[in-house]
Amino acid sequence: MADKRNEIWVFGDYRNYFQNRVTLQLLARANAIAPAIDGLVCAVVLGHDVGEYVWEYGAHGADRIYVTDHPDLKTYSGDLYTHLMVKLAEEKRPEIILIGATDFGREFGPRVAKRLETGLTADCVGLEINRDGLLVQTAPGFGGNLLAEIVTPKARPQMATVRPGIFQEIPHDDDRKAEVIEIPLPPDIPRDRVRLLRCEYRPGRDQCLEDARVVICGGRGMGSKSKFKKLFELARLLNGEVGATRPVIYSRWADHEALVGQAGRQVKPRLLFSFGISGAIQHTAAVTDAEFIIAVNKNPHATMMKMADVAIAADANQVCTALIKELKRRLKSS
Amino acid sequence: MDKIELIVCIKQVPLVSELPWDPKTKTLRREMAEGMMDPAAKHALEAALQIRKVMEEKAVAGKKKIRITVITMGPPMSEEVLREALAMGADSGVLLTDPRMAGADTLITSKILGAAIKKVRPDFDLVFCGSAASDSETGQVGPQLAEELDVPAAAYVERLDIENGHIRIQRLCDNFLETLEMDLPALVTIPPRTFFPRHVPLGGLQQSFEGGDVRTLLAADIALSPDLYAAKASPTKIVNVFSPTAEKENIRLRGAAKKVVEELFRRFEDRIGGAAGKDLKISDLKIPE
Repeated sequence: MADKRNEIWVFGDYRNYFQNRVTLQLLARANAIAPAIDGLVCAVVLGHDVGEYVWEYGAHGADRIYVTDHPDLKTYSGDLYTHLMVKLAEEKRPEIILIGATDFGREFGPRVAKRLETGLTADCVGLEINRDGLLVQTAPGFGGNLLAEIVTPKARPQMATVRPGIFQEIPHDDDRKAEVIEIPLPPDIPRDRVRLLRCEYRPGRDQCLEDARVVICGGRGMGSKSKFKKLFELARLLNGEVGATRPVIYSRWADHEALVGQAGRQVKPRLLFSFGISGAIQHTAAVTDAEFIIAVNKNPHATMMKMADVAIAADANQVCTALIKELKRRLKSS
Repeated sequence: MDKIELIVCIKQVPLVSELPWDPKTKTLRREMAEGMMDPAAKHALEAALQIRKVMEEKAVAGKKKIRITVITMGPPMSEEVLREALAMGADSGVLLTDPRMAGADTLITSKILGAAIKKVRPDFDLVFCGSAASDSETGQVGPQLAEELDVPAAAYVERLDIENGHIRIQRLCDNFLETLEMDLPALVTIPPRTFFPRHVPLGGLQQSFEGGDVRTLLAADIALSPDLYAAKASPTKIVNVFSPTAEKENIRLRGAAKKVVEELFRRFEDRIGGAAGKDLKISDLKIPE
């Protein structure tokens, strides 16, 4: 007798396992929402020699794990994984499929959704079940200036890619064991249309800005290169890192590595100082996860000023100088 | 191959981050905002232009004809980005505009774009899309369009070469630098990183508005099923939209720098000190030395 519970699938994105925790975070979230829909949390693992991940996912909250383990799957393949995932979903009919919004997930998820003719919400930052038992997917748009709650009322499965770092993983528990169901590689598997010629691991560039608890961002409104340099002094006093907008990079006031923006770094500090930045969307998109924003700009109507928790309508350079002075005074007095 | 057809899918996005929102239809009133070409799509177009140049130089003797067609879907004003694309160097533009196409989610958008490509360039070789548009940021249309066209695809492409019916690609995907090869026809998505768009000469822009090969296609022209209304057919529905920034208090301070900094510390010294991991309090009971 088949299990009638609604399956919530989590795609096992195990590549770069120790840095990439999103699968574990999704297993935790799936566990949290499962009771509302009589759900069964399942992981789907495709690859070769993936036993250790299967075991890990069980210890982190999966009730059931579908595994296809085959030498032909030893490297990630969007083409083959899409084929296998779709075939399995058509057979098992899960209610929900969650995929980590890694680069791979954001390429793979849309293809699976398209073949299953269902909806997919991108890069979700919230997942809830509403009164109708539907998955409410909260997704950002317009550089995080808007959040949309999206549902897929009719088509199934309900699918979402989910931003890493949003949900807390369940601690590892060796006593937790999942039911493991092995799915043999089907005989009709198509030829991989994309040939992987070379693949080298590039450890991430330093993550100082991304991980900083305090970020000081400066724009052209700082006035000049020498004035911009004061931000580094301020950053030193606040244990922070300095970021810059694109115009600043073009003016060579700061290194390209400091670019905070859609084409640069995404920051999520507890405190963001924004000096002389008007707030083009390419920049604001990268700072919306800041917990508290203090913006300084001569123009009180600048977008950055509207986004801020505290908006100081004044000259950015002068406020920066006054801040440094005040901080030195306070740090000396303690 | 004596002729190569490149397609670039572009999108007009709002220039500003604040956008009129229609609470009745729960969609963005794109017609209200000033638009620009989506940055990633512009990089995709630049990639196509650069590839064309490289191939034309290689094929001096062979005299290959390489044609770039730009396609966009949106309200009538989206024609502007097609004109801009022509000014940058694209050969022709296709505007898909029809009330029936409004409100399409990524699934339906990919079907409409796919139907249009099959109609106007059934013999396409390579489709370029931006990796993700700056407004909705889903990054889904490219991969879904590849599915609709049933061609191999690669996202986040930073380098590409076309040779003898296949394409070789380099891309960075989750910290893995991958070199890939696919047969044509295929689809790539381009992030706003490596192919930095050229400037559009003003004269060229004017010319593209005066002449320029742009044609408009309605739903019926691409043989969309007569009962397909994008808003209805889309599996996803937006049930609520809110602005996280609107919930912020947005405290306003003004005045002389010294004064505002003092006020800032009076009210937020705990928060600033807490984030910095430093005690910034001035002790009230300072013992004079």
